Amino acid sequence: MEKNLEEIFQAKIDREEKIEPKDWMPDAYRKTLVRQISQHAHSEIIGMLPEGNWITRAPTLRRKVALMAKVQDEAGHGLYLYSAAETLGVDRVELFEQLNSGKAKYSSIFNYPTLSWADIGSVGWLVDGAAIMNQVPLCRCSYGPYARAMVRVCKEESFHQRQGFEILLNLSKGSQAQKDMLQESVNRWWWPAMMMFGPADGDSPNTQQSMKWKIKRFTNDDLRQKFVDVAYEQAKVLNVTLPDPDIKWNEERGHYDYGVINWDEFWNVVKGNGPCNKERLAARNKAWDEGQWVREAALAHAEKRANRKSKKVA
Amino acid sequence: MQDHLYNFLLYLGDNALILGHRLSEWCGHGPVLEQDMALTNIALDLVGQSRNIFQLAAKMQGEGATEDTLAYLRDATAYKNILLVEQKNGDFAKTILRQFFYDAFNYPCYQRLMQSSNKDIAAFAEKSMKEITYHLKWSSEWVIRLGDGTEESLRRINEALEDLWPYTGEMFKYADFEIAMTESGVFPDAAGIEAEWEQEVKNIFAQAGLELPEKAWMHDGGKHGRHSEHLGYILAEMQFLQRAYPGQKW
Repeated sequence: MEKNLEEIFQAKIDREEKIEPKDWMPDAYRKTLVRQISQHAHSEIIGMLPEGNWITRAPTLRRKVALMAKVQDEAGHGLYLYSAAETLGVDRVELFEQLNSGKAKYSSIFNYPTLSWADIGSVGWLVDGAAIMNQVPLCRCSYGPYARAMVRVCKEESFHQRQGFEILLNLSKGSQAQKDMLQESVNRWWWPAMMMFGPADGDSPNTQQSMKWKIKRFTNDDLRQKFVDVAYEQAKVLNVTLPDPDIKWNEERGHYDYGVINWDEFWNVVKGNGPCNKERLAARNKAWDEGQWVREAALAHAEKRANRKSKKVA
Repeated sequence: MQDHLYNFLLYLGDNALILGHRLSEWCGHGPVLEQDMALTNIALDLVGQSRNIFQLAAKMQGEGATEDTLAYLRDATAYKNILLVEQKNGDFAKTILRQFFYDAFNYPCYQRLMQSSNKDIAAFAEKSMKEITYHLKWSSEWVIRLGDGTEESLRRINEALEDLWPYTGEMFKYADFEIAMTESGVFPDAAGIEAEWEQEVKNIFAQAGLELPEKAWMHDGGKHGRHSEHLGYILAEMQFLQRAYPGQKW
């Protein structure tokens, strides 16, 4: 029986039909999705911190408003994604607790600090740019609620990416100090952005299964290559040098070759040794703990109101 | 007369900008995701309003003034916002009560500005009214929730009340530029605002189970550029890039 269900399920996926919350699905598929969607939601929420770091210092009112709107969009993405995860039978509070305890992972990129205004541009151009490469294929993910959430997320992300690029383009046309600020920022963000696609294909054991389930459509290395090809051309427009002496066009492959990623750094940041891992988690825990009495008050008040209403009716 | 109008515009813009700036400090740190978004939403509205007003003021001033020269290149003594809006966020209760006191004041102000003899101001006030109405609804509901929530939320909002009450009097202590604007019809019937504010506060406090404090000593000075120590830090942070890299485009 179980075997049969699994065959029906896989056949459905092979026909490019969406799996919906009430459909039968293998436990491992459900688990993979819960892990991936919640990690994605957590990344949106943690991602608010490095960007929010510059809201109070944005250099013009126009930039301040745009940055606030952007960070608010990230909160919105978190909400859609937590809702998508909830369709798989976990609740938001449980997921928050996993994040706060350090049990759940989120995108390691947000463990790097935003040190200059140019970083707000770099996060948009490189980090959102890499995220879009990852996320556009997810709009066709086999799980319906995730795919639909991603359609909305991607629309806003591409807007964010353009906004980030525009911040940098502006710096590239500015004073020498602004150009230096731009280059210094790209130097710091390039490699962490490259790491956002995850381990090389040979070291990514779940990729094959995820591709069979059509949760994933491309391998990590395929997406990374796409990113390098696009970013290299954009870097020329910005007049910045990517901090990789090995980047060069490979006629035979029709792609840019690139240098070796420091996987030691990658795994260390994943394990919690990045420059801001502790601060990010501490900030989330503080917000959650200090919000406890607010959430309790809202619940208590709602109950009192409901009681008063039912008394009135009686 | 033009000076009074200019100062009045700065006063309106500074209130919106400084409160918006304070609220934006919450972004990413709110007690629950939906309220994090609501706080940022209001911050966005307020900074947006300050831009509109500064654009009017900059046009009056000429000489290359822009919304950004007004926000980023004035020091604390040139800022005219009331002291209430520059007070620290504190806990959620303090942020809510500060917001409610301001919203309950701002709402009748903008109702009057919609009738302003100055067409630009009237048009801007009309445009902002929808936002301001939402702000007041949001902060009122939270005052009621916190007052009529748990023992702890009641204790916290009462503490906030003790801290913030002495900053409410300044709203109604009209500066010369406000008086001039009332007389010229730019800001008609300002005298009625205090009573409306008090009525609104009494109404919401009654639902929240809070008591209006006794008459107390009231701080003032903001409208004349005499601020609390907090404003200097807000501006140091806000103006950092413009000060460190003068004259650049961003």
